Amino acid sequence: MSDRPTPPGDDRPDQDLPRTPGSGREGLSPVPYQQDKAAPQDPDRMDDVTDRADGAGADGDATTYSVEKPLDLSQKSYSQGQLVRRRFLRHRGAMVSLAGLVVITVFAFSSIGYGWFPGWWEKEYWRGGLVLDQGRPTLELWPPALGEHPFGQDNAGKDYFALTMRGTQRSLIVAFTVGLLSTIIGTIIGAVAGFYRGWIEAILMRITDLFIVIPALVLAAVFGKMANGGIWPLAFLLSVIGWTGLARLVRGEVLSLREREFVAAAEAIGTGSGRIIFKHILPNTVGTIIVSATLAIAATILTESALSFLGWGVRAPDTSLGLLISTYQNSFQSRPWLFWWPGMIILAIALAVNFLGDGLRDAFDPRQNRTAD
Amino acid sequence: MTTTTDNYGDQTYTGSGTPLEGEEVVLAFDDVDVRFRTEFGSVHAVKGVDLRVRPGEVVALVGESGSGKSVTSMTAMRLLPSNARIGGAVNVAGKDVGRLSERNMRRLRGNDVAMVFQEPMTALNPVLTIATQMIESMELHAVARGQAAHDRAVELLGMVGIPEPERQMKKYPHELSGGQRQRVVIAMAISCDPKVIIADEPTTALDVTVQADILDLLRSLKDKLNTGILLITHNMGVVADMADRVAVMFKGEIVERGTVEEVLLRPQHEYTRMLLGSVPRMGAGRGQMGIRVREEVDAQAPMAIELRNLVIEYQRLGKPPFRAVDDVSFDVRKGEIVGLVGESGSGKSTIGRCALGLIPAASGDFKLLGEDVISMNRGQLKSLRKRIGVIFQDPAASLNPRLPIGDCIAEPLVVHKVGDRKSRQQRVYDLLEAVQLPREVYNRYPHEVSGGQRQRICVARALTLDPELLVADEPTSALDVSVQARVLKIFAELQDQFGFACLFISHDLAVIDLLAHKVVVLQNGKVVEAGPREQIMENPQEEYTQRLIAAAPVPDPIEQERRRRERHELLLAQGEEIAELQVDDISEFRGTISDEKDTF
Repeated sequence: MSDRPTPPGDDRPDQDLPRTPGSGREGLSPVPYQQDKAAPQDPDRMDDVTDRADGAGADGDATTYSVEKPLDLSQKSYSQGQLVRRRFLRHRGAMVSLAGLVVITVFAFSSIGYGWFPGWWEKEYWRGGLVLDQGRPTLELWPPALGEHPFGQDNAGKDYFALTMRGTQRSLIVAFTVGLLSTIIGTIIGAVAGFYRGWIEAILMRITDLFIVIPALVLAAVFGKMANGGIWPLAFLLSVIGWTGLARLVRGEVLSLREREFVAAAEAIGTGSGRIIFKHILPNTVGTIIVSATLAIAATILTESALSFLGWGVRAPDTSLGLLISTYQNSFQSRPWLFWWPGMIILAIALAVNFLGDGLRDAFDPRQNRTAD
Repeated sequence: MTTTTDNYGDQTYTGSGTPLEGEEVVLAFDDVDVRFRTEFGSVHAVKGVDLRVRPGEVVALVGESGSGKSVTSMTAMRLLPSNARIGGAVNVAGKDVGRLSERNMRRLRGNDVAMVFQEPMTALNPVLTIATQMIESMELHAVARGQAAHDRAVELLGMVGIPEPERQMKKYPHELSGGQRQRVVIAMAISCDPKVIIADEPTTALDVTVQADILDLLRSLKDKLNTGILLITHNMGVVADMADRVAVMFKGEIVERGTVEEVLLRPQHEYTRMLLGSVPRMGAGRGQMGIRVREEVDAQAPMAIELRNLVIEYQRLGKPPFRAVDDVSFDVRKGEIVGLVGESGSGKSTIGRCALGLIPAASGDFKLLGEDVISMNRGQLKSLRKRIGVIFQDPAASLNPRLPIGDCIAEPLVVHKVGDRKSRQQRVYDLLEAVQLPREVYNRYPHEVSGGQRQRICVARALTLDPELLVADEPTSALDVSVQARVLKIFAELQDQFGFACLFISHDLAVIDLLAHKVVVLQNGKVVEAGPREQIMENPQEEYTQRLIAAAPVPDPIEQERRRRERHELLLAQGEEIAELQVDDISEFRGTISDEKDTF
């Protein structure tokens, strides 16, 4: 043993070591060219060549001087889901957006109520009244006071706060329904096309191409007239034309994932196609899917606004944010609040959902671990 | 920073053969220390490395993955990412790399120090022709211009042994074979006549016969051009074949150094001993590293695999189908390990995938466990698959990253609806014990365990349903040697215990020698030679098998030198050429360098 070198170690204290695996702050592979990319650096094992006793931990005898990372079972294990959640919760933009979105949603649904569920705002969105003070908003920021009509009144004396809340409800319902439905359609079509390939893929992807080449707005305009102002037909229609992008994305990912060895291994033990797709492949594309869904939600709010603006979406006396804007576009000069309130809320929802998408993308992306620079 | 020079008085640490003060050195690392700052703190990758390379000398830097050997070499090129903090000094051809401006550093790269990378396909730009890439480095360094550069490129390609160099100049990298691509990379490396070449795993991506050729080429290159070579490798056989001196790295430190004979034959440090003890040696046969295989196989045992004239074709669009496996016949009996050996493109993995029913056979008979696979429907195939296990090469890719390890191992039970929740869990615990992993990994995810442990999990998954046949496709190729030894040992023990038949696919003849009862050698989809292990390994009849066995290096410099001579004799006897740098007059080669060549 005497001929073993004294390793240079004592005089170079490592002050800032990487975090232990499982602490949630570990990097994936901070050392370039390190082959085992998934093995996090463990400071206790990494730095001591001479301290051979600690290598023989849970792994038995042969670990002395082994490059194999000994299993550290003292730490709590974190699943992928937990790690993703942790990264997501640390994304400030996404957290602020989530809070904003929750506030908007709670406000929209609790204020005027939904269906048989009563709200705390007693004015009805369809009931007109006396126009007070040219319908100016009575909302005071300081001292905070709502007043009679916080968002003002429209031409017919309807309470604009109730109207805007109703519009927000409708827009949110359309947006999230479309987000969900188009994601499901796109995921299934993409996964089936990517997994089976051959003629199934050819047919599905040509159908996708067909939906892409028809301008969505024209299609929506035609069918929007048929939907006759109903909100569910509108949501369904927008889903049917909104899945194409996701289908192509998912297909691409599935094409590459199905060549991975764990899929071959699953096939080799006799796993059925459905189980391979839903248990082995799709969980690995969840990042793409969720991000695409949030983007679809944001896009739908804008599309719905555009359609209502053009008069093909929701019809009066029901209302949506887009419809409000289109109705009062001429009042922009004289009574700008009729334009600003719904406009601001559209902007807020779209921004919040986009930031949420950003946060989710970062949370699901394993390359998240940037180097400090 | 406090230096650690105090320790270097110790003779074993310095190692014999180290250049003395005043001797000419082309590459010198002085107390090189590299840390990477990351978001999560810093990582100490290299901890005070001292190393010197003389002209005309090969110094091998050996270590397993994560030892810091590549990072050390990159400091000489100053190619580390910007989050690296480098301490100490690196001296290339008398210039202190740390003090050069970026402009002079660019002149140094390629000019004084050149690099040969591991994977020639990615080291060459796929959208540029060989000519463009060859000429580029020469014009950048003003070695030659225009037609002169073109002529010199042709000459260089000829020197590294590429046939018809003029014609190859117009080709793109994908049109050349792997060995030729690596020769092009070497030609580019020597085009500016560097004083030192850093070869980072130059033969790891290559087949064993090609590897032997490239090593021959590199050896003659350093002899004829008097270039110093820093060889980075994990392969002890390559070290024995090439190196003059060796430095063994472990977790960022050099733990042992000395001449190649000293380190490989009389290792002092325990890590070196462990490393050498984990390398399976060609020709040493059974019983190495405590791996034992039950020798007697019941000659009357039923067949697990019966192959007769199997043909497998890949359909190509607008072209005739590519015949990957052509007229292959062999048998595997129950309880027998059959090694399927061949270089890349020999069709060995294709046969393995066909045995798993992942690829259909074009013609021929394929009986698995006595049943004809080719005429089976899906239901029958599924019940047959219950009796077959599989292990793939890359443990990182063959486990679903989103499933906990326990679920991964229990997956076959779930798919075939065997047992209930409780009995499945018990089965997983038993299997984890069999592959020597603690029960606690049940709820862990694949990314939390290391490569070797992951491969053991794959072994456990393959054995979940007590298969009668196991297909192992290069199960240890992606692992470090010490880890490989452990996995092979567990594998052999389990085979002894469960007595399954095994189709063991590998390119590593030493591993096959260690495990297999029978060996089938494949080349270009055809069986070259097949028979019992002793016969193939000790007395091969076919030329290809002889070349294959002769090309596998052993980690013993004296033995390897003998093997190398024998290989050269064999090649000459078979009418093949020995790879060497084809240059008659070095001064003539140097003379074509333009006077305007970068000097600073």
